[in-house]
Amino acid sequence: MAHFDLNARPFSHQWLNDRLAVDTLKRVLSTEYWIPKNINFLWAMGMVLAATFGVLLISGIFLLMYYIPDTKLAFDSVNHTIMGEVGYGWLWRHMHGVAASVVFLIIYIHMFTGIYYGSYKRGRELIWLSGMLLFVSFSAEAFSGYMLPWGQMSYWAGMVITNLFSLGSLDLNGLVEWIRGDYVPGQAFLGRFFMLHVLLMPLIIMALIVLHFGTLRLPHVNNKDGEEFDFEAEAEKWKAGKRKESKVIPFNPVFLSKDTFVLGIYFIFYFYLVFYHFEFAMDPVNFDPANGLKTPPHIYPEWYFLWSYEILRPFSKNAGLIAFGFAQVIFFLLPFLDRSPNVAPANRRGLFSIWFWLLLIDMIVLSVMGKVPPMGIYTTIGTVAAWTFIILWIALPFITKAEKTVRGHK
Amino acid sequence: MKELKVLAVVIFFTLVTYWGVEPYAHSVMHKHIEEAKFNNFQYKDLKPVAKGNPANGKTAFAACASCHGLKSQGIKAPMDAVSAASAYGVNPPDLSNAGAVLDEKFIANFILSPTHTALVKKSGMPGGMASKQGAADIAAYLKSIAPKEVKPKEAFEFACGRCHAVHYDKWTQIGQTPKTKSDIKTGVDLAKLDFEKKVGQYQLKLAGYLGKLPPDLSIIVRARSEEYLKKFVENPQHILKGTAMPRVGISKEGYEKVYKYLEEVGDPSKPKREAVGPWVIGFFVIFTFLAFLWYKAQWKGLK
Amino acid sequence: MSDRRDFFGKMLGAYAGLGALGALYAAKRTWDPLPSVKAGGFTTLDLSNMQENKLYVEKWRGKPILIIKVAKNSKPATAPNGNDKNAYDDKRLITVGGHKYMIVVGLCTHLGCIPDYFPEKNKFICPCHGGQFNAAGEVLKAPPPSPLVIPPFKITGTKVVLGEVGSEYKKLKEAGVVA
Repeated sequence: MAHFDLNARPFSHQWLNDRLAVDTLKRVLSTEYWIPKNINFLWAMGMVLAATFGVLLISGIFLLMYYIPDTKLAFDSVNHTIMGEVGYGWLWRHMHGVAASVVFLIIYIHMFTGIYYGSYKRGRELIWLSGMLLFVSFSAEAFSGYMLPWGQMSYWAGMVITNLFSLGSLDLNGLVEWIRGDYVPGQAFLGRFFMLHVLLMPLIIMALIVLHFGTLRLPHVNNKDGEEFDFEAEAEKWKAGKRKESKVIPFNPVFLSKDTFVLGIYFIFYFYLVFYHFEFAMDPVNFDPANGLKTPPHIYPEWYFLWSYEILRPFSKNAGLIAFGFAQVIFFLLPFLDRSPNVAPANRRGLFSIWFWLLLIDMIVLSVMGKVPPMGIYTTIGTVAAWTFIILWIALPFITKAEKTVRGHK
Repeated sequence: MKELKVLAVVIFFTLVTYWGVEPYAHSVMHKHIEEAKFNNFQYKDLKPVAKGNPANGKTAFAACASCHGLKSQGIKAPMDAVSAASAYGVNPPDLSNAGAVLDEKFIANFILSPTHTALVKKSGMPGGMASKQGAADIAAYLKSIAPKEVKPKEAFEFACGRCHAVHYDKWTQIGQTPKTKSDIKTGVDLAKLDFEKKVGQYQLKLAGYLGKLPPDLSIIVRARSEEYLKKFVENPQHILKGTAMPRVGISKEGYEKVYKYLEEVGDPSKPKREAVGPWVIGFFVIFTFLAFLWYKAQWKGLK
Repeated sequence: MSDRRDFFGKMLGAYAGLGALGALYAAKRTWDPLPSVKAGGFTTLDLSNMQENKLYVEKWRGKPILIIKVAKNSKPATAPNGNDKNAYDDKRLITVGGHKYMIVVGLCTHLGCIPDYFPEKNKFICPCHGGQFNAAGEVLKAPPPSPLVIPPFKITGTKVVLGEVGSEYKKLKEAGVVA
């Protein structure tokens, strides 16, 4: 049994320490959680994501108070009650809609930062994998949330995406109907996607965020040069007052101070979008109520799904589905497809550098082609970009296998 | 400074992606509009008409009064909305506000040749009800009796409200939804059911006449861009070929009123949004400045 | 040096707290009743053509409203506390068009059940705990601690608008009949 100071006043520092080890918690989680010093603002994206998730959670709570998951009432509960009647309802909705879109921009920046600096290998595989699980969960969360206003885009996105589960020529229509709970997206569909959006997916996301933080603990955060060093020795230097010589900084307050600064800039950008530039995240087409007898002239997913949607489009039904499946899982395999032992920024890794920038540009091309109507030159560009994507990933193990050891690295 | 370069790269790729999936993709998606076909509700394709004489127009209006009411002059419509829709497919409007909302030249042309002027295949309004001069006289008469100023909602009611409902403002094609009360013991609200039945009957006739029920316009300002709506109302066929929507011949001022009404109903939070925005952004500018001071203090002497 | 570093952090924290207050204000407004709910808080009662000593039930702000056109002789049949005076003379009644009416929120002031009216006895008996009221809403028998509540009202002709405050209601208030 631990030692308890019987004279400690209730809720005093000592009293809490005896019962909750608050000093230890503070040390382990914040003041002696060591982060490399050799980083740039891209290392703040994790905090930006956490903050955006917080914004989504809080705004979502207020939306939930007046949203009605009924196919006859959902549209008006959002567009009339919440947008017009509820005090600041419009603010919560704009914040929620815009954050749902912007969170993917930050996720992509966060991912490409990881790819560029090689932060997914040599002990950091689980960081990458848990991050990818988060990406998939956020995608499911975004998609299910998109169903809720029950506008034209909600309905037809629901129709098209659930149809993918017939798995091409396998014609698993029973599975599609099971997912929908109906022949078409209807009340059962809305009800279950509502449940997924407000309960199951957020629970999964929160659990995965904890896992993601956990996977960071032992391998530590990577740095700009992929340099490996003894964190404990560096931490001792810091504690001895050698702030300049030490290669690490404590999370709180040093790393946090910079994170907060980056966060401030991010929020200026974010709220500018919320108040003055929200159409990109709140598609006008979804302000037409769902109509099962009329498909809008152009339907397209939200921008963050466009690249994988485009990989599906240029092929025949079955091949497209296989390509789509490939696009969904291939990022998971990155730590194992990269055969090089180098943990270094891409620009020092020869061919890999070209591979990185090609992949980025290719995904942007795919995204744009995913949105324009599939006709003429766009179909050709889309097909080339889809093949480029596939070939890039097939080439990755060969490129990295042949990679020379970067100087200064073992 | 290295960090600013990294930031520039991130911003560059973000903007390229944005440009590609938003302005560029939408410009490809939406048919190019021939600007020449639009002239700010001037209706330049219509023939100019002779100067009308309101006094003669007043006499000539007798022919119109067999279908149209003119409440402001004490002329009641001969039929209620539902019976009128049964007879003509759509309820002929009361013309008290016509002169305030519509273009005068358009009115005269419309009297002479409704389908050609409204750019539709059929019209409940018969053509050739008056001579050229007679049409000009009636148009001048309607202009002379029109109120100087109509409210945004009145402009909407006259120009759009017989085909389009706005249920966020409780407007139906046959008028404002009345306040009714349900029976306390049974919950039955007969007056409401009666009214809904009338709306339903009217809508069925209207849909039969036009081929489909025109959409509710409650949040049309969020569903279509301002530019699109303006052009669509000025010349529907050029935006959506084959649409049953007639060119209603609204004047520029009349359209501005209609749009104001639609914006008040469809985007009621706009004034609040524009008022709160600067405060929130201002808050974060100061927040960022303070965070910068903190960051600089914490990182001093670290490198 | 360390103090200076901390100072900025604390300042930022305080400033962020201001922002949190702003957000709390927005949250409070979100929690407010909707304008449509507020606007629906009025009920118009038409008192013409009512029979004497018959209970009429209406609804106002979701609550039952009990209305009785009180007859000249509305003496309760029995009164456990000896309080058997004629309800017709009670100052809680509202005079509209020369007739006297009881208009009250039909929730027992004990724990909120709806009392039943017995016209032949000229009194209400609450089914939950046996509290009794006369035809003017006065307590005849405990546990209810106070008479049935008179809602704010305004008289216009033979109609009464509940939810609005008229001169008659103000008078009752000045006389201490309503709280």
